[in-house]
Amino acid sequence: MASDLLLILWTLAKILAIVLPVVLAVAMFVYWERKVIGWMHVRLGPTQIGPLGLMQAFADVVKLLIKEMIVPTNADKPLFFLAPLLVLTPALAAWAVIPFDQGLVLSNANAGILYLLAMTSLGVYGIIIAGWASNSRYALLGAMRSAAQVISYELAMGLALVSVLVLAGSLNLSRIVEAQAGGVLHWFWLPLLPVLVIYFVSGVAETNRSPFDVAEGESEIVAGFHVEYSGATFALFFLAEYANMILVSFLVPILFFGGWASPFPETWGWIGAGSFFWLFAKAFIVAFLFLWFRATFPRYRYDQIMRLGWKVFIPISLAWVLVAGVLKFFHIVTPGA
Amino acid sequence: MTIQLAAFYFFASISVLAALGVIGLRNPVHAVLSLVLTFFSTACIWMLLQAEFLALALIVVYVGAVMVLFLFVVMMLDIQVAETREGFVRYLPIGLGVAVVMLLEILALIGIRAMQVVPPANPARVDGLSNVAWIGQALYTEYLLPFEVAALILTVGMVAAVALTLRRRKGVRHQFPSQQVQAKPRERVRLVSMPAECKEEPKS
Repeated sequence: MASDLLLILWTLAKILAIVLPVVLAVAMFVYWERKVIGWMHVRLGPTQIGPLGLMQAFADVVKLLIKEMIVPTNADKPLFFLAPLLVLTPALAAWAVIPFDQGLVLSNANAGILYLLAMTSLGVYGIIIAGWASNSRYALLGAMRSAAQVISYELAMGLALVSVLVLAGSLNLSRIVEAQAGGVLHWFWLPLLPVLVIYFVSGVAETNRSPFDVAEGESEIVAGFHVEYSGATFALFFLAEYANMILVSFLVPILFFGGWASPFPETWGWIGAGSFFWLFAKAFIVAFLFLWFRATFPRYRYDQIMRLGWKVFIPISLAWVLVAGVLKFFHIVTPGA
Repeated sequence: MTIQLAAFYFFASISVLAALGVIGLRNPVHAVLSLVLTFFSTACIWMLLQAEFLALALIVVYVGAVMVLFLFVVMMLDIQVAETREGFVRYLPIGLGVAVVMLLEILALIGIRAMQVVPPANPARVDGLSNVAWIGQALYTEYLLPFEVAALILTVGMVAAVALTLRRRKGVRHQFPSQQVQAKPRERVRLVSMPAECKEEPKS
């Protein structure tokens, strides 16, 4: 019993060691987003609070926390406050199976990819409940759009993951990274290039980010599912969205770019050695793509989002499962070599 | 009491309470959410049994997809809360009958399990594989034909559902993305060069 308690406390400490940096990363990512989009618009972005405006995100958090939380009339009060928590919890829980380095993972689950799919599919409940409990038409419309979009792109995402696990032969994320050992040309981006594109674009759509942000759609439905939220509850939605974005930014390198492996040959000493630094660097580049997309592309029209998901992505990823099977069967791609 | 046993009682009591909520709550949306909670805590119990694949598949398929669509239907229906209360006494005998039959079945299952002197070993553990890997191997080798048949039946069901609801309306305007992509500026805009027209500048 005592050892059990110790184990629970130790696990809690490990969870904190992941969640706190994620929350901090969200704050800095918001700052970085505003800076990058500012530069792309030939503006400066935040400059006033702290050196180079670095403390801007923290000032925003404080502002949101001390603002009044407004509950609409006839809103379903318990569900109204439950919704932001239901969005945030899966977004943070999904980090449990992310391997940061060899053996540096909270839960080395054998069904890691399934767990990730389960967690990302749970997030949609918070959005639907938020839309319904707000007792607002705009919020309900946003929730409907978001749910339809998330369900459609989850299929494409799941099928894309199938070709990864066909090549790696495991659902365990650490094993998937180990299966890509052997340098840049052995990473899965090369044999699975179309799947990589599908996975990343589906990831953008799943997180409801621009150009797939019809769930918010400022010009049509004000702010979508979180139009009635203010103060701390809005901050939770914001936190969940950015935590999900950073999660996808970590998953793309883990699944397709060799995880913590170095892009340089192993003979180059410490530059060639695998380390969590490489994973973070790759994740940073992918996270930058999110911002680049947002500053570059206009919003997709709703029916075109559905067309892209169902008629383009799902058939291609289905076909690529077959290609991945052939590549593996004829030893054209040998994982872990 | 070990942690596992405590966790089992925790999840089991939540799932029983949530199941009571499904039939007891007045608001249909609350009832559906309660059903979601029932599924989720059942998945947690299966996780304790080390049936990871079943537990996660329950969450991905039922909680993540089926119940979301179900929730939508209920949200859109605008059911009157009072109406759903009516007919409680009328349907009570049927409900009781179903409940008794299910109870008997469960008791029979428990009885058969109790009669087995040595409970069968966990086949995944015997083969030294993880639960997910073992299910994958069993499905795609030993049970390939039933698996394919089940998949085929599901596909037929899907095609039937689409065929039943598909209506061809007249006057619907379609877009053809392939044609849109192939459109060239030359076909849409004609540039005409013409002499500049301007008033005579007033000479000062």
